[in-house]
Amino acid sequence: MERKVVIPGEVIVSGEDYLPGEGTEKRGQEIVAIRYGLAEESSSLVKVIALSGIYQPRRGNVVIGKVENITFNGWVVDINSPTGAFLPLAEVPRFVSKDEMSEVLDIGDMLVAKILGVNGRGIDLTIKMRGLGKIEEGMIIKVNSNKVPRIIGKEGSMINIVKNETGCNITVGQNGLIWIKGERIEDELFVKRAIMFITEKSFTSGLTEEVQKWFDKHKKGEKEKE
Amino acid sequence: METARITGERISQYLSQGKRFDGRKPEDFRDIEIETGVSKRAEGSARVRIGKTEVIVGVKMDVMEPYPDSADRGNLIVSTELLPLSSERFESGPPRFPAIEIARLTDRAIRESKFIQMEKLCIKEGEKVWAVYIDIYSLNDDGNLMDAAEIGAVAALKTARMPKYDEETGKVLYGEFTEKKLPLQKEPPIMVTAYKIGNSWIVDPTLEEEDVSEAKVSIGATPDGVISSIQKGEAREIDIKEFEDVLDLTERVRKKVFKEIEKYSD
Amino acid sequence: MTAKTFKRPDGRKAEETRPMSAKVGVVPNADGSAMFSFGDTVAIAAVYGPRKMHPQHSQNPEKGTLRCNYNMLSFSVAERARPGPNRRSTEISKITEWALEPIVMIKKYPNMVVDVHIGILQANASTRCAGINAAALALAHAGIPMKELVSSVSIGKMDKTLVVDLVKEEEDWEEGEGSTDIPITLTNSGKITHLQLDGKITSAELKEVLKLAKKANREIYEVQKKALKESIKLN
Repeated sequence: MERKVVIPGEVIVSGEDYLPGEGTEKRGQEIVAIRYGLAEESSSLVKVIALSGIYQPRRGNVVIGKVENITFNGWVVDINSPTGAFLPLAEVPRFVSKDEMSEVLDIGDMLVAKILGVNGRGIDLTIKMRGLGKIEEGMIIKVNSNKVPRIIGKEGSMINIVKNETGCNITVGQNGLIWIKGERIEDELFVKRAIMFITEKSFTSGLTEEVQKWFDKHKKGEKEKE
Repeated sequence: METARITGERISQYLSQGKRFDGRKPEDFRDIEIETGVSKRAEGSARVRIGKTEVIVGVKMDVMEPYPDSADRGNLIVSTELLPLSSERFESGPPRFPAIEIARLTDRAIRESKFIQMEKLCIKEGEKVWAVYIDIYSLNDDGNLMDAAEIGAVAALKTARMPKYDEETGKVLYGEFTEKKLPLQKEPPIMVTAYKIGNSWIVDPTLEEEDVSEAKVSIGATPDGVISSIQKGEAREIDIKEFEDVLDLTERVRKKVFKEIEKYSD
Repeated sequence: MTAKTFKRPDGRKAEETRPMSAKVGVVPNADGSAMFSFGDTVAIAAVYGPRKMHPQHSQNPEKGTLRCNYNMLSFSVAERARPGPNRRSTEISKITEWALEPIVMIKKYPNMVVDVHIGILQANASTRCAGINAAALALAHAGIPMKELVSSVSIGKMDKTLVVDLVKEEEDWEEGEGSTDIPITLTNSGKITHLQLDGKITSAELKEVLKLAKKANREIYEVQKKALKESIKLN
């Protein structure tokens, strides 16, 4: 089945053998879309890839958030999800006394965290692993979380091109927030433009080559400016 | 989520080099697009886009008694609603301060510049005058709703046509437009709001830039430089020298903005 | 049943809707948004959510809440409408919610709210229908799980003639039995999620109305579907 744009209520395929995946429902013999997006089929599993909509938090996701509040046993973090997220004192890699809490992470600070678990009451975070923790400087940009897989690419292929071409450190949160840190602000803004290009062209196939071409073209422009 | 503090620091650092994230200089406005006559039931209307910020403004007219202290002139009523549809930050309910500020500053700029020749809106002194309602609505907030609103108000006023008025019945015949325009001065007031980020001043901020600004000054003036309304906003103090620089800055910008919007004049 | 005794002011046939247009993504800030118009009745809708519901005491722990707000811009109508809610807009907000809730699958979002904000930019009758059509599009555009779309249209009875998609002049018509206004919203599979009536009609006539509504519904659905599909450019 060819990939196609579907709308809620639209029949994607008809047939006993097909199985309803994410974003679909089986009604009788038909697999029907229940979300607006790109319908895809592989090995009889039909699913709809969401192109829009809010972030769905999952265990193991690396996310970027902002500290909203400090409570007696941890930090309330906004990760742009309607379900609240919480970083308990126990999930910080060193001992923090109650008085030091705002020194470690203060209200308004940005951090990279990993989701330990998602339950009805909230999302539990940790910053105990390498690469996680407070973000000291750089810039944060926001994209629709559904574009993140494209931005990262298969096994990081896409984001690595961006990193190599700009020389910046880039952490892509699954929740759509991205932290960029480079030597110069120009380099960080270059990353931002590249990522916007990727999100605009996210439905194109052969995007990796497109992005490489984009860099070749724009790097020339950057050199000319200097 | 409001703009992150660290991003704000970057914005500030970059500005100290005279540069902005979207490639603009501190004194550059984003592209301004104006469409008039966008709402047929309105006597006048305009849709203004500055970058991704969008507002829609309508002018409605009615005949009523004049206010006691202006028996021989028309009435001007300006309102603003920051629609919840235009931003996750706006809630349903009666207008709060940001909406009220936009309405009042737009009102002052238009009223004090005497852009509308209010004496010509008198039908019968002490008894009947025309009332001009300017209603401003936000459609998408990406910063600088203030200036967009005022540009929209001016564009809607300039293209408004007066409805027919039946003197005998005292009724306005809505939908029956005359060819008569509103009695307006040639020079429209233009609002330019300057925002302070770190030690730099910019105009026409994006929402991100607006989030990190600490002081602002709105100045409404006609292109010939006569100022009719000023408001310094936000809680950070500014020097007198800074204020003088802002006066010069807004004067330069105002001339450019006027040229831009003149393109849309009939 | 549909005697050709009533001549429509804009020359349309009895079963003809005004030219319709729809577009999604008109409010960049929103999670989903759309514009829908019947002729010169123009509605825009923006969806924010699912997001946390405030105030907390309004939260529903069993399922998400759909919250609709219909608002006519002051200058959308001939005589200026004072800004702010009134009884009519409050009622329309509620029936809009009822028109959309059966198809929106927000059981999966307890304690959360999906806010749908509708603004009427220009009015020439059928505003609630245009609003519902825009809202359905905006919800889909926002990625909200939905069983299907809904389409809304006003059917009128002018004396004895049934017409589709009323304009204001028809709404105000007073000759003979006058004008009966029936706004109705149907799912694409033909279920009624919203029905109102204001006027004078018999059951037999009403059955004819439903037939007309079903037909118009299919035309509106095509316009809505096109707007959603065209918004994505696959290469």
